[in-house]
Amino acid sequence: MQSLALIAPLIILLPSLGTIINFFWGPKLNERFSSLIGITASASTFVVWLVLFSYLNGNYYQPAIVDLPILDGWIRIPSVGLEIPWQQRIDTLSVTMMGFVTFVGTLIHIYASGYMHGDPRYARFFAYLNMFLAFMLILVSGNNLLMLFVGWEGVGLCSYLLVGFWFDKKHGVGLKNSNAARKAFVANRIGDFGMLMAIFLAFWTFGTLDLYKPTEVTNPHMMEALASGGGHGEEGAAPANGAAEEGGHGEEAPAGEEGAGDHTGSAAQLVSLASDLPIDQEGDHGEAAAEDHGESASEGHAGPVIAYTDNTHLTFSQLGIFAQAERLAQLGEGETLERGDGTTAGRMINFGAFELDIDTVITLITLFMLLGATGKSAQIPLFVWLPDAMAGPTPVSALIHAATMVTAGVYMMVRANSLFHLAEFSSLVVTIIGVLTALSAGYVAMGQFDIKKVLAYSTVSQLGFMVAAVGVGAYGAAMFHMITHAFFKALLFLGSGSVIHGVEHGHHHAHEHKHDDHGHDEHHAETFDPQDMRNMGGLRRKMPITYATYLIGTLALAGLYPFAGFWSKDEILADSWVAAIQDGKFAGFVALGLFVAAALTAFYMWRQIEMVFHGSPRTEAAEQASESVWSMTVPLVILAVLSLLGGFLNIPSGIGLFSFGLQGVFGEHTLSTWLEYSVVHLHVGAFQPLIAIVSLVLAVAAIILANRIYGSNKAINSEGLDPLEANPASRPIFALSNARLYWDEIYGRLFITPFNRTAAFLANVVDMAFLHDYFHDSVITKGFNGIGRLLSHPIDLGIIDGAVNGIGRLTRWISGGLRRTQAGYVRVYAVALLIGVVAVIVFMLLPVLQG
Amino acid sequence: MVPTEAYIILSMVLFAMGAMGVLLRRNAIVVFMSVELMLNSANIALVAFSRHWNQADGHLFTFFVITVAAAEVAVGLALIVAIFRTKQSINIDELHLMEG
Repeated sequence: MQSLALIAPLIILLPSLGTIINFFWGPKLNERFSSLIGITASASTFVVWLVLFSYLNGNYYQPAIVDLPILDGWIRIPSVGLEIPWQQRIDTLSVTMMGFVTFVGTLIHIYASGYMHGDPRYARFFAYLNMFLAFMLILVSGNNLLMLFVGWEGVGLCSYLLVGFWFDKKHGVGLKNSNAARKAFVANRIGDFGMLMAIFLAFWTFGTLDLYKPTEVTNPHMMEALASGGGHGEEGAAPANGAAEEGGHGEEAPAGEEGAGDHTGSAAQLVSLASDLPIDQEGDHGEAAAEDHGESASEGHAGPVIAYTDNTHLTFSQLGIFAQAERLAQLGEGETLERGDGTTAGRMINFGAFELDIDTVITLITLFMLLGATGKSAQIPLFVWLPDAMAGPTPVSALIHAATMVTAGVYMMVRANSLFHLAEFSSLVVTIIGVLTALSAGYVAMGQFDIKKVLAYSTVSQLGFMVAAVGVGAYGAAMFHMITHAFFKALLFLGSGSVIHGVEHGHHHAHEHKHDDHGHDEHHAETFDPQDMRNMGGLRRKMPITYATYLIGTLALAGLYPFAGFWSKDEILADSWVAAIQDGKFAGFVALGLFVAAALTAFYMWRQIEMVFHGSPRTEAAEQASESVWSMTVPLVILAVLSLLGGFLNIPSGIGLFSFGLQGVFGEHTLSTWLEYSVVHLHVGAFQPLIAIVSLVLAVAAIILANRIYGSNKAINSEGLDPLEANPASRPIFALSNARLYWDEIYGRLFITPFNRTAAFLANVVDMAFLHDYFHDSVITKGFNGIGRLLSHPIDLGIIDGAVNGIGRLTRWISGGLRRTQAGYVRVYAVALLIGVVAVIVFMLLPVLQG
Repeated sequence: MVPTEAYIILSMVLFAMGAMGVLLRRNAIVVFMSVELMLNSANIALVAFSRHWNQADGHLFTFFVITVAAAEVAVGLALIVAIFRTKQSINIDELHLMEG
């Protein structure tokens, strides 16, 4: 069972292989083979995920840290003690992330095989999608911040490549696409600065980047529960939940999963063990029976061997950053602790010129992490890239900009829950940012006409929900909403892609007819926008499968019972409410702003349904639209089922009849309990009937309101105006929303224009006028000429040539003298010889002569 | 017994006469004879020292010098004959073709 985790590196290698094949041989492959490679690579990661998932279930949810043997050590500089290993962490949180990344990713690969049909760079598209999967899986499975950052940058790169995938479209669209890609890249770079600063700070403070060390116990609560369960002997052990101690809601909840839906069960061995565990406080334990999960049940009898239930036996430097942070934060004033390598650490962290308290440092780290998250997860102030990123092909919007990449920021903050738990101020900032984003993006989504822009702003808004949930400490709720959101937002995006495809198809159809009739209609093709909802309407009958699944996605996003969004959104709202009322946290009160955002969600989604599907067709293209091919509709249906059932992953306790008794199948708090093995500060919330009813009433009221405004074929009036636009009373509200709160314009004024002006100044004045003309001409050119003249005349001609000529002249002069001695007379030579001999003899006799 | 110094003085005198002859005479034959005189003065000195130190080295060297002198005479006379044939003269002052 242990060795199962060792296949974890495959989850990165397989999509990388797909990338390599499609990238290098793609142009030679036909579409069918390219998509087969891409889909196989993606589906095989899902299979690897299944293995990892069963590994965790069979191994008491204990995390595994897997080294990649061939990359031994990764970064290792022994002389300074720097060691950053390439390790993947297989724990419940990362496996949860991997689950929906691989699953939704695979569906989107299948969808893309139909959607991208006929594209000239078909193979490259699949190469990018595979590469994206590989990087996303590095991001979620990395056991240190640097690996997380590698994935973080990698998905940013893939996002850039895919947003600008159609950079060569005609009529300036290609330029717009590549600008959108650049905008996404630049906005993300600003976030990456925060991420890098957080990493640097963490490394400086803790001396390591490992999230957890291999011997470390992640969650002592859970280990204690596991150990006490193991003491029962023949029955083995089961994890209890730490929530019993924290939130007072102790119920056993076997691990769940969020993936395929075919894994409806949970870890059965837990259930078989549960009868003698002292954790069944509310007596609903028997109902939590799960379907048998196969071989893991029999293994449960062995019972886990637990050596340690906490980390007290480990020295400071044997801990990962989170446990180190907690130890440091527990220190009193002036206290120090042994690092384990002979040095000590105290509360004050030395930064050379100044010292900071550990609390300040953690606050700084978390704030920088938040900046990183605002980039990747599209929060204020960096969310502006996401709506523009809709320029990419629709499967990309679904995969990257709705379901997976944008959750990276939330994942990172949930992963760092120990730090956010310690930094109350940062948590408050996180909440404020999340709520503001949820509200403003929800408001902006109301006034958009582009079908994908609405969904984009909706995504930003929902990510705001998740971020706000992290801020109030509802890490489980954030993850829950992330998963359900991945389902229904991927569904909505793929549905919108189907609609766009259908409308485009209809447009071509209509265009061909016209072509036959009139012979020319060129400019029409350029101006028609298949994404504009004003060109749609009445698609319900043309595209029945798309309509049905889109409706399910809408209701799930709007938070209607019993769709997935109801449960997850309600858990965030309930946790905020508990944080506000019971704990009196200011952040909780802030988070109550999410109720408004929830109502906005329902409103803009129903407006979209009315505009796109209801009423009567407003253009010929909509009239001629047709249903998409099966490879596009099948993923829609699968995602629709998940959007319907996904909420039951994490049924809150105390819900009674509300859940149809489905907790008998799914268990209660399944996801939260499962996540608690790796998310230390997760707490399990109870069902709040009041909150559920209020949010439900708000959502229904918003839908009814939207229906009254936009229903019965009033979605767009005869002048092509939105009813809110047409009504003078609401026109300013709509105009502000339609103009996206002037956010881009404000950025344009604040940053882009000054930036461009500075750039122009630097380019024209400093570079061109000063450097090129003045500096270049007068300093460089004249200087070089002057130095050249100096070197050529006085130095080269004078000194060097003079020396050489002088030597020549000297030689001639000496030889002129010497040649006279060569008289040619034998006698002269004989005299010279004689004189020489005498001289030699005298020289040799000198010592004798001197005495 | 005649002291060694006397032989050395004789040798010096003969050597000086030979050197003067080489330097001052113009007839190549005479110059040649002066060279022989110098060689033989050296032989006298060698033999004298040989007897003085009661060692045979000097005698041996003398025989060597006599052999070389004989060979030199052969070559030198041949050269003089050749020069005379071309120049019709053996006046060495007329032989200054090698001046620099």
